[in-house]
Amino acid sequence: MPLKYPTHKAEVDVEPIQLLSPDGELVSREDVPIDVTAELCRDFYRRMTLARRLDTQALNLQRQGELGLWLQCWGQEAAQVGSVTAIRPEDWVFPSYRDHAAALCRGITPAELLSQWRGCAASGWDPYRYRFGVYTLVLAAQLPHATGFAMGVLRDGADEIVLTYFGDGASSEGDASESFNWAATAQAPVLFFCQNNQWAISTPSAAQTRTALHQRAAGFGLTSYLVDGNDVLAVHAVTRLAAAGIRAGNGPALVEARTYRMGGHSTSDDPRRYRTAGELEQWRALDPIDRLRLLLDRRDWADGAFYDALAREADDLAADVRRTCLRLQPPALAELFDEVLAGPSAPLAEEREEHLAYLGGFVTEDATA
Amino acid sequence: MMTMVQALNSALRAVLAEDDRVLVLGQDIGELGGVFRVTDGLRKDFGADRVVDSLLAESSIVGTAIGLALRGYRPVCEIQFDGFVYPAFNQIVSQLAKLHARTRGRVRLPVVIRIPAGGGIGAVEHHSESNEAYFAHTAGLRVVYCSDANDAHWMLRQAVRSDDPVIFYEPKRRYWAKAEVAAAQDPARVLPLDRARVARPGRDLTLLSYGGMIQVCLDAAETAASEGHELEVIDLRSLSPLDTPTLVASVIRTRRAVVVHEAPTFLGLGSELAAQITERCFYHLEAPVLRVGGYNLPYPPARLEDHYLPDIDRVLAAVDRALAF
Repeated sequence: MPLKYPTHKAEVDVEPIQLLSPDGELVSREDVPIDVTAELCRDFYRRMTLARRLDTQALNLQRQGELGLWLQCWGQEAAQVGSVTAIRPEDWVFPSYRDHAAALCRGITPAELLSQWRGCAASGWDPYRYRFGVYTLVLAAQLPHATGFAMGVLRDGADEIVLTYFGDGASSEGDASESFNWAATAQAPVLFFCQNNQWAISTPSAAQTRTALHQRAAGFGLTSYLVDGNDVLAVHAVTRLAAAGIRAGNGPALVEARTYRMGGHSTSDDPRRYRTAGELEQWRALDPIDRLRLLLDRRDWADGAFYDALAREADDLAADVRRTCLRLQPPALAELFDEVLAGPSAPLAEEREEHLAYLGGFVTEDATA
Repeated sequence: MMTMVQALNSALRAVLAEDDRVLVLGQDIGELGGVFRVTDGLRKDFGADRVVDSLLAESSIVGTAIGLALRGYRPVCEIQFDGFVYPAFNQIVSQLAKLHARTRGRVRLPVVIRIPAGGGIGAVEHHSESNEAYFAHTAGLRVVYCSDANDAHWMLRQAVRSDDPVIFYEPKRRYWAKAEVAAAQDPARVLPLDRARVARPGRDLTLLSYGGMIQVCLDAAETAASEGHELEVIDLRSLSPLDTPTLVASVIRTRRAVVVHEAPTFLGLGSELAAQITERCFYHLEAPVLRVGGYNLPYPPARLEDHYLPDIDRVLAAVDRALAF
């Protein structure tokens, strides 16, 4: 008699939590409470609009040769703004590398955001100042950092949680699974937030995983949620719910936000080689900013003066992004020798002197005059 | 007198007692006390929340240590065996080593990674490796290698106090060798972490070595002395940064140098040492710098390791070649 393997339960098709329909209607759910006010919606609309404007301007700057590379967050504004505003200012965030909208919400300046991509710095901001880690370009490597940090929070008995962003591609990395497992085992207060933007460069998320990530989470012992990532209200409410659960001591959680990377993976990518224009159009109809605008207009929650002021603010931001970008300069190479180690290093000090002596060996026009 | 294992254990006790932010993290280090018993009894005395059994996931041992360090803790990680550090390579090389530089010094990561390393104990594969050159090649890490109980104790205490990440190698084959451990931070017996040490003075040739090969070099020097050659033995202790002035001063006096390490010679520490000595001592040298190391093979099965690892005879053969130049 052939050995019979136990069969796995087929994946249940779960609808993502949605509180704002694509045509701008509010959907009420008792299990996902949120107090939707005009003020809240205007605030989200403003944040998302500004983030998109920065993103577009950075793309332009890259196309004009002023940035070496840019990774657009276009289309993912709701996933980022909705989630990062749902945690407290004292909570740390460990981002991936496309989380510009979240970074702006944390107060990181355009200059700090762009310096890495202009080739002037390896990261532009002080993580302690914003409680926002540096971008991590090796996929999922930030997840164990968030987990370890949360283990520290737990040890300190602090009323904080840690939010970490990653994507559908990164969910395949060993560091992701290790972190889910370790966080669950240690009951560390981490919120793993997956922006499933459907594409890992050219690999579609359906080819990335057999089991939806929010369902895989259960196997690790994580509380999990599936949310419409283009619905800023649902993202906000679900993140707040998950964060409250973690803060109440229920252990770590995972949110999978279904969203879409409207642009290429990076400015070096050409998504036309692997996805159809039709798919892009489908998702364009689900645009997170347009969707919130439908609600604002339907409820008469924003008037012309609001939109005009926001348009001016976005123009000013775009001008500021361009101005600050063009002013960004790298430090002198000689400065880097002192930044490798916190303590002294005689060989590095010696190499720095050799470098300076080499530079000093050039005779300039001025010096000979 | 203490074994190296006891000296490491008492160092961990001291740092745990001195600083509440110190945590010890690793596989089977709690109830068991570690596979080599280096952490024996620490959980009983300092609690399970400071002597933490990690999951069997090396990348996350280092990754969570980075997170803990960002939170203000000072984690001391144990990687169970040299060959098990590779799953953590990305976290060590791309994360731990780089965050200080990436943030222009705003982030300090005082993480120590202890690695029982090297061969000579008849172990199975992946349990006898010498991978120090990978980490010494990486900017942003301090890489140190102790060779006796006294250094093991004091170097570990200094490593934990360092604000930089430290890869701390312990030679397994010397774990049970006893030595007197200085009772206090006596400058005569406790050198700074980045300094090399003259383990035996001599005038005819300098043996440059570290870790488990120091005893082999001392034994070789003893034999050479009976044949009328006084060999100086230098224990590098710090592989990165290198204490170049100490090495150069010795070679300028002896005019000959042989590097001895367990690691394969090709692009091992010996390659760098030979290059630096050649650059700095060229007109003083009577012979090229020679290297004695593991062959450039995967570490062989245990019954062959005595033929693979440098021993007194192979060291003396190289010494003879250098002296005959």
